Amino acid sequence: MNLARTPSQTVGPYYAIGLCRRVENELVPPNDPGAVRVTGQLLDGDGQPIGDGMIEAWDASGSRWGRSGTDAEGRFSFVVSKPAARSGEAPRLDIYVHARGLLKHQLTRLYFPDEPEANAADPVLSSLPEADRAVLVAEQEDGAVRFDIRMQGERQTVFFSL
Amino acid sequence: MSDDSPIVLPDDPSFGSDVQVDYPGYRSTRLRAPKRPLVTLPEELHPVGGPVFGDETVFELDYDLTKQHEGEPLGERIIVSGRVLDDNGKPIRNALVEVWQANAGGRYKHEVDQHPAPLDPNFSGAGRCRTDDDGNYRFITIKPGAYPWGNHENAWRPAHIHFSVFGRAFTQRLVTQMYFPGDPLFRFDPIFNSVRDPKARALLVSEFDLATTKPEWALAYRWNIVLGHAGSGTTPLEDT
Repeated sequence: MNLARTPSQTVGPYYAIGLCRRVENELVPPNDPGAVRVTGQLLDGDGQPIGDGMIEAWDASGSRWGRSGTDAEGRFSFVVSKPAARSGEAPRLDIYVHARGLLKHQLTRLYFPDEPEANAADPVLSSLPEADRAVLVAEQEDGAVRFDIRMQGERQTVFFSL
Repeated sequence: MSDDSPIVLPDDPSFGSDVQVDYPGYRSTRLRAPKRPLVTLPEELHPVGGPVFGDETVFELDYDLTKQHEGEPLGERIIVSGRVLDDNGKPIRNALVEVWQANAGGRYKHEVDQHPAPLDPNFSGAGRCRTDDDGNYRFITIKPGAYPWGNHENAWRPAHIHFSVFGRAFTQRLVTQMYFPGDPLFRFDPIFNSVRDPKARALLVSEFDLATTKPEWALAYRWNIVLGHAGSGTTPLEDT
């Protein structure tokens, strides 16, 4: 049997009443010894903040998940602990982007700035042109890791299909 | 893209279950839908596993949107139920299903929603539940109203309930909208028609179901949800 999949539809502007009823952006407690704060902005094709987006983060090696709505400035934030890497791959978070105007959520990856060697060897990252690699590696900023997501434009985030 | 591009494009069965992400009639896609082609991840590099939501995620009455306040909400009480399946037809148990919706007058309890229809003090419009061993979910709610939106002149959304579903694997994530049969607004709605294959579009529409109604109390709609395949991300424990 091969059933047809139910199609996707946009999360719309009012998802917060259903999906952001509790604080779910801490993949580990903030006082965890390995806690890293991840912040970023979700930006549209004009570079304007997307204030009605939602980001979901999945740490497959630690089986930790979280989500964060974006505020009026398009900002989201998480507390994570850097995932363990599978052999031959760099540590990363799998990220889904949802928003009004986005008819299907988009998949991207967040890589960590303090892992230059592992990032260079990562099979996905190393298969991309250099400019795209840079877009997927977060930046160190004030003790946090900054990862901006651009839906369009010259520095558009790389989105993946499965 | 100019503002005179059509609100609704003709059917195109070649899309299958895929939504057209840059559907021009839905104006907000223009600055938000990615412009560059997606990069295909080989299956062995897909995300593996997915969040598992335990009993603590869902409170006993989260499935009943009519019992979250002192009084009962206004509107037509309905039962919405169905199964969450994988594309092989196998039930997905313990899937987290979250819903949110407008009230009977077509107004969301959200500060951004300024539609001049009344808020209902007895309706928040959000619920959640987990599927049972046969993949069944069930909600009690009220039928949401249609509402206007700013996409184009005299634009109205057909009545719908938003659904968010986590399957066994992160790769099975689905966010979608469930519609009601026979809605006269279908053919004017760019979001509904962004699914260009009419057969796939029909999968977004629930069926009236006399068998699951509750006599003297509520009408009922059935709607099954089919997730994509879990791939290598399947959690073996969940694979019953």
